[in-house]
Amino acid sequence: MRIELNLNGKPLQAEIQPDTLLIDLVRKQGCYSVKRGCETSNCGACTVWMDEQPVLSCGVLAARAAGHRVVTLEGMQGEAEEFAKFLAAQGADQCGFCNPGYVMNAMALFRENADPTEEEIRAYLAGNLCRCSGYESQIRGIQAYLAYKQGKGAAQ
Amino acid sequence: MVTLRQLERHAGLNELTQAAAAECVKSIVGVQFRNLATVGGSVYGRFGFSDVLTFFMAVNAQVELYHRGLVSVEEFAQLPDERDILVRVIVPRRPQQVAYLSRRNTRTDFPVLACCIAQSGEGVRCCIGARPGRAVCLTDEKDILSGGVTPETAKAFGDYVSQTVKTGDNLRASGEYRRRIAGVLARRALIQLAER
Repeated sequence: MRIELNLNGKPLQAEIQPDTLLIDLVRKQGCYSVKRGCETSNCGACTVWMDEQPVLSCGVLAARAAGHRVVTLEGMQGEAEEFAKFLAAQGADQCGFCNPGYVMNAMALFRENADPTEEEIRAYLAGNLCRCSGYESQIRGIQAYLAYKQGKGAAQ
Repeated sequence: MVTLRQLERHAGLNELTQAAAAECVKSIVGVQFRNLATVGGSVYGRFGFSDVLTFFMAVNAQVELYHRGLVSVEEFAQLPDERDILVRVIVPRRPQQVAYLSRRNTRTDFPVLACCIAQSGEGVRCCIGARPGRAVCLTDEKDILSGGVTPETAKAFGDYVSQTVKTGDNLRASGEYRRRIAGVLARRALIQLAER
């Protein structure tokens, strides 16, 4: 079957099977930031946005994305890079496998709630598993990033 | 289709249920998962572990099935599997106090036990889910709470729940553990309602 969608701001026509998963479709388009971690919709490594909402691309049929806007980390480069520096500064990147999904979901949090409490951060990111760290460095990185953004906002 | 995340963020439903709608889904995997999983999928499946089924049963919601018509969630949970289509879930809009509590081994895992209590003009409905069987509804048939909720009557009702609810063993917990937890969560939920 043939579907049309918007991937990272560009129109995309794709020939898919009825059971093709969104993760396979976007990886086939070269979006290798989208990781296959658990493949049971539990780990968050395959997080992409569909119409600005974070979803697990291993749990979405590609056909369901027809007519929608899909964004992967490849489509967020500037903003994601700025944020990722704050994670790296806290040593939150270890093996790095969970990182793209983590960044995509954190970005979704910032869109929804520009000034989250630590509890809100933890609740929003509970579906992103990291097997290297104990999540403390990620929390520090997020808080440092938010403080930087707010400081920048106040300075302007 | 309504996603679990929409249920979580719906202002009207959460005002009506004192945020119990959000509480019942907040521990389900993660935001990304809740943006995909639907209320209909949770309710129609009548899964034993379902937080969502437990919540809708306590607030005495109805389901509209294409073939069978209107049925209470409580009755629907006991029906055998039939080929039908869930058209909508109807929540009665009436003054009620609702509290939702669950016990989990880890934050985003299935519940070991779920408890939702709703208090309205028709009395107290105490639904216990993840027994691990499908949720069931207990009422105050012994009039334990007729004089109001106090620490003593809440404990007595919790004991009644422990003694009455049928629980079983699975990988996550034993039936005996669940039986005890059911009483504790019922007591805490009642105290929560009384302290508002």
